[in-house]
Amino acid sequence: MDFDNLINGLDRATLDGITRGSIYALVALGYTMVYGVMKLINFAHSEVFMVGTWTVLGVYTVIGATSSSGLGMVIGATLLALLAAMLASAGTALAVERIAYRPLRKKGAPALIFLITGIGCSMVLVEVFGQVLRFFFGPPFGRVTVNIPAVLETKTVFTIPGVDLAVSNTRILIIVGAIVMMLALDAFVNKSRLGRGVRAVAQDPDTASLMGVNQERVIMLVFVLGGAMAGVAALLYTVQYDITKFDIGFIIGLKAFTAAVLGGIGNLRGALVGGLFLGIVEVYASAIWDSSWTNVYAFVVLVVVLMFRPTGILGESLGKARA
Amino acid sequence: MSQILDAYRGLRLGDRWDGAPTVVRWAVMLLVIAFAFYLPYLNILPFAYIRTDLTSSGSDWASVLFLVVVYMIVAVGLNVVIGLAGLLDLGYVGFYALGAYSIALFGSTNSPVVQAMQSKFGLSEEWAVPFAVCIPIAITMSLIAGVFLGAPTLRLRGDYLAIVTLGFGEIIRITARNLDNVTNGAAGITQVPVPPGPEIDGRAFFNTIDAERWYWLALTILILIIWLARRLEHSRVGRAWLAIREDEDAASVMGVAGFKFKLWAFAIGATLGGLAGLLFGSKQQYVEPNAFMVNLSFLFVAMVVIGGSGNIFGALLGAFLLTYLPERFREFVDWRPFAFGVALVLVMILRPQGLVPSRRRAREFEDRRHEAEEAAADA
Repeated sequence: MDFDNLINGLDRATLDGITRGSIYALVALGYTMVYGVMKLINFAHSEVFMVGTWTVLGVYTVIGATSSSGLGMVIGATLLALLAAMLASAGTALAVERIAYRPLRKKGAPALIFLITGIGCSMVLVEVFGQVLRFFFGPPFGRVTVNIPAVLETKTVFTIPGVDLAVSNTRILIIVGAIVMMLALDAFVNKSRLGRGVRAVAQDPDTASLMGVNQERVIMLVFVLGGAMAGVAALLYTVQYDITKFDIGFIIGLKAFTAAVLGGIGNLRGALVGGLFLGIVEVYASAIWDSSWTNVYAFVVLVVVLMFRPTGILGESLGKARA
Repeated sequence: MSQILDAYRGLRLGDRWDGAPTVVRWAVMLLVIAFAFYLPYLNILPFAYIRTDLTSSGSDWASVLFLVVVYMIVAVGLNVVIGLAGLLDLGYVGFYALGAYSIALFGSTNSPVVQAMQSKFGLSEEWAVPFAVCIPIAITMSLIAGVFLGAPTLRLRGDYLAIVTLGFGEIIRITARNLDNVTNGAAGITQVPVPPGPEIDGRAFFNTIDAERWYWLALTILILIIWLARRLEHSRVGRAWLAIREDEDAASVMGVAGFKFKLWAFAIGATLGGLAGLLFGSKQQYVEPNAFMVNLSFLFVAMVVIGGSGNIFGALLGAFLLTYLPERFREFVDWRPFAFGVALVLVMILRPQGLVPSRRRAREFEDRRHEAEEAAADA
């Protein structure tokens, strides 16, 4: 128990927690939307995120962006990487839906089977980067951690006076980027015609299809949207941590799912609240106790929340007007 | 005679089995069991091609058989949880690890727990908890863990259970890795005790060389467990599980206490997982946290589901395939997880009911498929 450690570094820990939490929240969106519409945990979503990080690396390599590139190159490379990661992740999510879930839906298989094919897809995607691509192309693919060039150099933009906390440009990008994307998605689901369809199917699939909502298209849409958000998360993750690995998805996916449940699964704003909450709790707990237990804290929080408030902090409500 | 044969023709294997005279059934069962016990010495071509030690880099055949049987015990246990009660447990490796760690913590002179007991009670340095006492300890530990994990989570929706159990499996592993002064941390515990037995050729009866003895021990336990599980499945408890799996609300209206029976299934599954882990740890004579990665949980679930959930023999087949095939084709070790993932997706899409589903389960799947088709036709 080292509360002094936490109190002395409270400002920094909070910033760390919010950074981490923003990424969890973006990944959590994919889980929460798919769950809201299909009542299904998409186990392959963590790998959708992983594909995004590799895409970022690919874009940087192809256009030759490095940590010493000029300003124009930095902006161009980052935007291009963002776009590519969103496309790749959305494409992966859609492919998973087509290959692993749609045939089962046609057969009316029980929920358990969907989870199994999801786990299968997740393993295939992990192994594609850990083994298959390595076999054909060699490094950087394989079972090792790969460095991604820090195209956006970390620089202190301003210092919060009083607490003397240095805020860097990467942190601003991550936190602002995550919040902007979430607001955009929230507006899309709540305001647009397609978003109304999503909410309708989440609320009552049968009635929605009687009202002329194409259920298959809504399902495709949520996979694409969730995948694109995971792509954004992937870019932000690489900006902060500058690495990727064939299996980085697993832990982040688990945390993101925890965040989704914490906030109330199916609830978009819940994903944001849950993600930030989880990120901050993790960093605080690691400061008080020991950082080798970080993953345990996350699960303890999850179990406690499920015991006392199984619907999460904000409640489950993709279908409700509140979503 | 031909009339009898005609009557049999066209019936499925299961019906034929049910219709066979008791004597025949017993004879066939005894033959299968005898063959299973003979397997380590199987050397007649062409059957010997199933052995895994044909090339010099192959793994020891009896050890592979042992692992297959241990995983079969796991599959029978997990089948109670997933196949019968319909609860998705993704943290089964946690119970398996608990079983292995219980025997290591209490039975090994290398374990900090035993060393603490030695110094506290002034015992000699050779002393450790006897093997026979370690078994109930391991079983009790997994049982308690099962009840502790199940009690708060089984009231939740099924999907949440999956994620909480997944977390449980990780917590057990991280705890084993981080608690240096209890579990020796990442270094693991050596000198895990083996079952007592007479010395043969100057070696303990259960040693690291004669793996076939371990195999026979595990096989005997497996047969016992299969028998128990069959009895359980056809009992009142077993019917309650099926009712809960199919429709929990309807079951509770009919007076089936959902939570109670789910907790039972969870506890029984946990116990069997712990027992399998105990066997594994004892045979290895060494336990370490990295032997219990979360992927193992997925493998266990895949065994039950690929084989055909709800059917013990399906689970056994799944355990056999998913343990034996990777060992047989060891040359492709780097490709195993990839092939495993592809197989998982393909089998489940083409045959969602599993390779050999129970008859009841197969009918349920057929119903669901019809319903889905009708719904599609309506739309």
